[in-house]
Formats: sequence, C-alpha cells, structure tokens
Amino acid sequence: MIGEVLLAAQGIAKHFGGVKALQDVSLTIRRGEVYGLIGPNGAGKTTFFNCMTGLYVADGGSFQFAGARLAAHAPEQVARCGIARTFQNIRLFGNMTALENVMIGRHVRTKAGVVGAMLQTRATRDEEAAIRQRAVELLHYVRIEDRADDLAKNLSYGDQRRLEIARALATEPKLLCLDEPAAGMNATETAELRELIDGIRQDGTTILLIEHDVKLVMGLCDRVAVLDYGKLIIEDVPAVVQKDQRVIEAYLGA
Amino acid sequence: MNKWLSPKSFFGIVLITAALVALPFLLGMGGGQAWVRIVNFAILYIFLALGLNIVVGFAGLLDLGYIAFYAVGAYTWALLASPHFGIHWPVWAILPIGALVACFFGVLLGSPTLKLRGDYLAIVTLGFGEIIRIFLNNLNAPVNITNGPQGITLIDPVSIGGFSFSGTSEILGLTLSGPQKYYFLLVALAILVIIINLRLQHSRIGRAWQAIREDEIAAKAVGINTRNIKLLAFAMGASFGGIAGGIFSAMQGFVSPESFSLIESIMVLAMVVLGGMGHIPGVILGAVLLSILPEALRYGVGPIQMALFGKMLIDPESLRMLVFGLALVLVMRFKPAGIWPSPERKRELTEKSGAKA
Repeated sequence: MIGEVLLAAQGIAKHFGGVKALQDVSLTIRRGEVYGLIGPNGAGKTTFFNCMTGLYVADGGSFQFAGARLAAHAPEQVARCGIARTFQNIRLFGNMTALENVMIGRHVRTKAGVVGAMLQTRATRDEEAAIRQRAVELLHYVRIEDRADDLAKNLSYGDQRRLEIARALATEPKLLCLDEPAAGMNATETAELRELIDGIRQDGTTILLIEHDVKLVMGLCDRVAVLDYGKLIIEDVPAVVQKDQRVIEAYLGA
Repeated sequence: MNKWLSPKSFFGIVLITAALVALPFLLGMGGGQAWVRIVNFAILYIFLALGLNIVVGFAGLLDLGYIAFYAVGAYTWALLASPHFGIHWPVWAILPIGALVACFFGVLLGSPTLKLRGDYLAIVTLGFGEIIRIFLNNLNAPVNITNGPQGITLIDPVSIGGFSFSGTSEILGLTLSGPQKYYFLLVALAILVIIINLRLQHSRIGRAWQAIREDEIAAKAVGINTRNIKLLAFAMGASFGGIAGGIFSAMQGFVSPESFSLIESIMVLAMVVLGGMGHIPGVILGAVLLSILPEALRYGVGPIQMALFGKMLIDPESLRMLVFGLALVLVMRFKPAGIWPSPERKRELTEKSGAKA
C-alpha cells in the first residue's frame, strides 16, 4: 500500500532574525502513509508546515511534491497541487455555516465565475448542486452532518476540528496535513479522532500529522520524524524512534 | 428553495408591485415632482450601497473612496453624451462603457491596496477617492477634458428608441413627468441589480469573498486566489457605482466635481453599515432610510417649529444634521449589527429531508 515518494523536503532552512527555526531539514513522505512529525514545543514543527504550505518562504531548500517543485509563497497554488492543511489554532470561517465552510473547500476544484453566477447558467447550477452535495457527504464523513446549518463559531471545539478536516478534504488533497488535531481533546475525543484519521488513510489520502500526543502518534503513524531546536534528529518507524536516546533526551531535556 | 410561491408570498408580491407602481403618482399628487426626485435618488443610493456592499459587506474590505467610481461613471456618461465634445452616443453604448471604465478604475485603484487591511486600507482608499475628485476638478488645462469646477452641462437624458425620459409625455392616457418616467426605469434597473447581487452572494465567488472577510490566511490555505478574488470584488463594486453614476448624470443633466466629495463616500458606507453589512435587504433599507430621512427632516422641521413655537428657533438645515447624527449614534448603540442584519441561516438540510418524508 505504501508506495513511491509523494513529498520530499530537501535542506529546508528558515530563520527569524537570529533564531534558526529550521536548519537543513530533509524528509520524505511516501504515498499512502501516515507520517508523524513530533518534537518539543518550539522545535519548528509548525514552521516547517508553514514553509511547506506557502505561508512562509523558506530561506533555503526546496519541496518536491508529486514529482514537481512546490511554488514558494503561494498557498493557493500549494492547495491546488493537492496539499491541504488544518491549523493548530483552528481557523474556520466563523460567521458562515459548517456547510458553507466545506463548500468553500470545493472552490479550488470548481470554476464558476461571475458571469455564470449572474446568468445562473445550466453549468453553474449543476456545479453548485455538486458542490453542495459533496459538502454534505463530507460532513457525514466527519460525522457532524447534524450541525450543517450552524455557524462554525457556534460548534463545539471537537466539532470545529472535524469541520476543519472536512474543509481540507473538500479540496481533494493528495496530502492532508494536520497541525496538532488532538490538542485540547479528551481521551474519548482523541480516540474518535484516531478512528477518523485511520479512515481517511484507508480511503487513500496520505497524512502528515504534527502532534504532541505521543501515544496517538506512535499508535497511528507508519513513520515518525523528530525535530529538536530546528534540526531533524531521526526519521524512522515508531518502534525505533521510541527507543532512540536522542529523542528521549530531547523530550526529557537530559 | 420552493419553486411554487405560496399564496401568501404571491399576495405580498402583488401588493409590493402595486405600491411601487402607485408610489410616483401618489407623490406627484402631493407636492409636485420634488418627492419623486428624492425617491429616484434613493434608488440610485440603493445601487451605490449594493455595490459598496460587495466590497465592504461581502469581502470585508473597508473602502472609503467608493464615490470615485460613481464619479467615473457620471463623467463617462457626461463626456460621451453632451455638447462638451459634441459626442451623443446612445444609452445602450454608454451605460456598459461607463460600467467598464468604472470597473477598470476599480481594478486600478484596488491593485495597490491588496496587501492592506482595515484602517490602512480605509486611509488609502480615502486618498484615492479624493485624487479622482481633484483630477476631475483640475483636468480643464492644458487640455480641457472635464471642464474643471464648472462641470459639464446639457448632458443628454436617457432615451431609448426615440423615447426620452426627460420632459412630460403621455403614455396610455397617463401623463408622466420626467422624474416619474425615470422612476420606472430606475425601479426596473434596481430589480435587476438586486437579483444580480443575490445571485452573486450565493455563488462560488460570493462564498470566496466571505471567506476572505472571515479569515484571509485560511482562505489562501484552501486554495482561494485572494488577489484575484479581491480585485473581482473591487471591480464588481465599481461597476455598480459606474452604472449609478451614468444614470445620475443623465437625470441631472449636469455634473461637477463637488457632487463627489468625501461626505458622499461616507454616506454610502453609513447606509451599508447602518442597514446591516452583507445582508442585501438590510443594505437596501439602509439606503432608503438614509437618503429619505434627511429630506424628510428638511421638509418637516421648519413647519413643525412654526406650528409649535410660532417662530424658527433652530435653523432647519443644522437641526437636520443634528437629528441625523443622533439617529446614527442610537442605531449603533442599540443595533450594532445594523437595523436589519442577516438572520441565522435557515436549516436548509432539514427542510429538504422534511419534504421527502
């Protein structure tokens, strides 16, 4: 099931003033796997995410995705290429309904313009119906279909996380990047989330997971990379990573 | 969602239609054509407010120079249909040209502001609005294009197939004055503009605008090209301003730069905010209220004072602005989301499943 390289990061560097947030980080994500990126607070996990998805411009290195180089600093092109993400601090469109949030996710895969909307052409109406139907399906998929017409800001924390995943899935990603999806969740919610991520993997989407919950990462991921002070210290299967002395030191600060 | 109108809403539409048809005649009976003109301007303000609502209400871009596009539309019409250059093009040519020229200026003025938000955007657009007005004021030398502060006079009225909208004429036994004829033209256009706005709001583009308003970074991350979609908002908003400007020009027969001062931009913005940003019926209500109310005060305050005190205590003109300002403050205090904000969305999904069951 796990196949060729989907994403290859080569020598990614990023510094903020004198702080070296990332130094020469290289890693590869293979198609079909769940790839975990862990590390202590401030290790540079989210910075790596932001460089990859085009919100930051890396100071060095490059990303190869599905055989092509990813454009730097163009988040919308990155999304078009097939990388979708969620945010550590949830970023939904708060004053729009859950359904509309997912419908916006379809934007990048649809093309109706102003003229079509004004004239309500057949093509526009069909596309709009398809967008709506797909959005409803995705809400079912993450099991919040009964909240479809509630404003996103009124959803519970766990449901907001799910909605963000549904919105990301709506862009038909090849690689789904989740930035600390279990943050602030209780044990039950985390177990449900794990089920959801497992399901997404079964359906053929590759997943990059940034997470603090080591149990979740070790149970779910096929391979794990560990960042510490902006450097990649190991990239291997969970069983090996767990026993690695450098990882233990990084976490326990020995 | 329902294809068939319920008897109740059908009855409502009939009533509204009857009221819209009767209105200019009732106003004409009362006090000459002044009130018909005021209503016509109210409809023009509906165009403007709906156009600005796309930029401010949907896309969340605070634009304080919106009246510039109204000015561009007005001058486009004035230059292409007046003795100033001796050009007299027909309405079906100038109105789209006016919309296109305004649209072009929308993109031109929008593109440098793409990275700005909130206060900064407001300041820059305010500057642009003033630049346009000052250009119009000074473009009479070295080549006389706009005729400077004197403005352009003798602008052609709207005329379609030899039927002129100015002056009195008889139609089907009814005597219609110029403003009354414009009224019906404006109502027809207003219905068109409202339909276009409703359709845009609930389209893929409309959702993208709202996404940018809610969270620009998240909008980028889901693949919305925020640069193009923002420019589109500026362009669409400006086009509506351009159309309103063209008709303003034709209705007045005269344009000068002083019609397009900053206070006009602020008025239109106040209509959008007061009515209910992003909610089309609210914006329409805001436009009607804020354009009618000052006029009503102008005509009402003087006579009331004379009746109560037997003399003029306060000059009606200054009291008008006082009451107007107070009304704005009160609305913002007690209805911060506007007089008629958009209601919580209806449960469309349950409606559908309910229909099947």
